[in-house]
Amino acid sequence: MAQNRPGADAISLKFPSLPDYLGVARLTVSAVAHRLGFSYNEIEDIKLAVGEACSNAVKHAYQRDERAGVIFLDCYVYPNRLVIVVSDEGRGMESESAADQLAPIYAGKDIEELEEGGLGLYLIHALMDEVQIRSESGVSVSMTKYVLRDGVAGDDRTVSEEEV
Amino acid sequence: MDLTIKRISSEKEHQVNLCGDIDAYTGPKVKEAIMTLVESPDVASIVVDLAEVEYMDSTGIGIFIAVMKACKQTGRTFLVQNLSPRVERLFRITGLYELIAIRKGESE
Repeated sequence: MAQNRPGADAISLKFPSLPDYLGVARLTVSAVAHRLGFSYNEIEDIKLAVGEACSNAVKHAYQRDERAGVIFLDCYVYPNRLVIVVSDEGRGMESESAADQLAPIYAGKDIEELEEGGLGLYLIHALMDEVQIRSESGVSVSMTKYVLRDGVAGDDRTVSEEEV
Repeated sequence: MDLTIKRISSEKEHQVNLCGDIDAYTGPKVKEAIMTLVESPDVASIVVDLAEVEYMDSTGIGIFIAVMKACKQTGRTFLVQNLSPRVERLFRITGLYELIAIRKGESE
């Protein structure tokens, strides 16, 4: 289980920006989330959000480069939450596309009007508790999921009785 | 991690059973398998079975939207059936659940 030490335990994975390794990234985050005691459905939600963030990085970060770039998956384990940061060293994101991607598909829309892509960021926001996106030199997506115990997300330092 | 695609064809309809994960890695194979049916002249009805899809992301949503568009344009019937709980959740969150034709089988 999560520790009572100050700060976070960090687990990192670095992988080539190729779709071939998306499954490896999901499995890594799934294993880390399992250690924090998240439920099956919470773990699957985290996997989906991280999968979308990694998928966006694979598709967009290095699209004008000939060779695959590097994607970083950093997991920070706190007693009450898991923070996952997916980042790249690519070209950054255009803010227009970010705004587009925050809406779901609305029923009543004609099929012809639907876009075939662009739901990734919407899903990340829908599935995680906190999301921060930075786009400077490369894109960084930081996603937080709280471990809910007794229905309340406690403060870092107040968790004193933990099973080891 | 991988995905298997099984096709079952009868005179009436063509069924594609997907098993595994649908993401940006396996997505192109899924799209090709379904679009091949959409483009063949003797196929009137296409059913995709999702019972054994353990993971699907927005890549899968994009594929189904493309297939729905293509089937509408060519007058074909497109249905999905046996949504796994995770696929149903994805369909509901994204809103696709309200737009895609879902066949309610005996198992539901």
